[in-house]
Amino acid sequence: MISRTSGGDSPAADTPPAAAALEIRGLHKSFGANEVLRGIDLSVAAHEVICLIGASGSGKSTLLRCVNLLEPVSAGSVYLAGQEITRPGVNENLVRTHIGIVFQSFNLFPHMTVLRNVTLGPARVLRTPRAEAVRQARALLDRFGLLDKAGDYPDRLSGGQQQRVAIVRALAMRPRILLLDEVTSALDPELVAEVLDVIRELAEGGMTMLIATHEMGFARDIASRVCFLADGRIVEEAPPAQLFTEPRDERTQRFLRRITEAGRL
Amino acid sequence: MNEETPGSVLVTSRGPRLLAGASGRRGVVLSTASTVIVIAALAAIFLLAPGSRQVRHTFLNPADMWHALLGDPRHGYYSVGEALWLNIRMFLAAEVLILILALAVAVIRQSTGPVMLPLRVISTVYVDVARGVPLILIIYALGYGLPALSLRFVSSQSAAVYGVAALVISYSAYVSEVYRAGINSVHQSQVAAARSLGLSHWASLRFVILPQAVRNIIPPLLNDFISLQKDTALVGVLGAIEANKAAELYSDTTFNYSSYVVAAILFLILTIPLARFTDHLIARDRGRRLAGGAR
Repeated sequence: MISRTSGGDSPAADTPPAAAALEIRGLHKSFGANEVLRGIDLSVAAHEVICLIGASGSGKSTLLRCVNLLEPVSAGSVYLAGQEITRPGVNENLVRTHIGIVFQSFNLFPHMTVLRNVTLGPARVLRTPRAEAVRQARALLDRFGLLDKAGDYPDRLSGGQQQRVAIVRALAMRPRILLLDEVTSALDPELVAEVLDVIRELAEGGMTMLIATHEMGFARDIASRVCFLADGRIVEEAPPAQLFTEPRDERTQRFLRRITEAGRL
Repeated sequence: MNEETPGSVLVTSRGPRLLAGASGRRGVVLSTASTVIVIAALAAIFLLAPGSRQVRHTFLNPADMWHALLGDPRHGYYSVGEALWLNIRMFLAAEVLILILALAVAVIRQSTGPVMLPLRVISTVYVDVARGVPLILIIYALGYGLPALSLRFVSSQSAAVYGVAALVISYSAYVSEVYRAGINSVHQSQVAAARSLGLSHWASLRFVILPQAVRNIIPPLLNDFISLQKDTALVGVLGAIEANKAAELYSDTTFNYSSYVVAAILFLILTIPLARFTDHLIARDRGRRLAGGAR
């Protein structure tokens, strides 16, 4: 069973060197007869930033939802810091405290203030004393320029602010790894940058991240490796400099050509 | 509850809607005139009808209404006003129990997993049966059936207690469906967000889903409670001296039906404020949604 290390700020400090922060082996996922993931193998080392790119429907979101067990896998396994989290009988609630996820549509709790959104997990799940949870939440909000919004309800905030609060909410759990599911796709173009800046800062701070994105320029800047998904498989996996300039697979080339023609790269 | 969005609330609250189309002085004059004409016409029909005198004497006799309201034990009839207090107590007791039982039923019916299956089946059968059987039959069944069982505690209660039990059984089935609609109205992405923080199924329900669900269903809940207030009158069939029963006893002694009108007026005084409050909440809700809020 995975334990929570108390007060460990660096997410993977106690990981044995052999184990990857996240390891996905032979992952399959079907919804009825529709097989969305057809065998995904991926290893993410601590402090690595992996970007998943691919057309809509290629399975990026489903992969992320499988990793934090929001969707049960059909076959294959996922290991977090060397321990399998997809085996039966695993405590999914405990696993999820280690894996933060940020959604495309923010999914903030509309009936709670920003501060309560951020402290709910620490106070109710990690059993952090309320005063301490509030102190930590305010420190995080301050770090991302959101402290003056602490008492507001989410519907008073811009989309960019809401998404930054959602990121803070996930960070408040001190996860070992952060999953980002197209976090800028629902934003107005002028609000994208403020959210990407937050992610960039997290990457510089050493946060391990698995990012599904349509922002190719961002992926090229930030990723340690980029994975191109098509038809439920990772077709090509390479450092961004290589994948974006000389893609080897024919499907990757076609996808990037379309993106370039659309002016997105 | 919260102090924000005052502007939008006021604009869409019931005042302007009730007087819709009456903007400007000309509008006010026109709507006042038409209201007076309609009321005068209805009054004329009532007063000029061949049996008007008889009806007014039997149903609207001020002296009888006054006597029925206050009651007179020496002449063998109860005060309708005092009897209404029993309706209010039955309503309040039933309301609290309904809110609790209905929530339990709704949560059980929404649950997943094999462990809860027997409870789910029982809840589903309960809702089907309790909604399908007329309330008056449930009242008879409990009011006459339970005493006949001769059980120690169960069979020695007052008619009002059996009445409340019957109201709770019938209304909880309806209200549990209201709760269920409320729970379903909260988007699945909220569940995903809550679970992704490591909250358990029950914690998600308690902190994230139910608070939002309850906000969505307050108007339909109040609507059911308006109905519940009136239906406390049905408990009179078991002999409990509530307002309607007291009115009946008065008319039995005096052969004058004005007491029923008194009961009707008293029920109106109870239900109209709740109805207006429901309207107010619905209007506020709409105002909030128009303002882009989802709270």
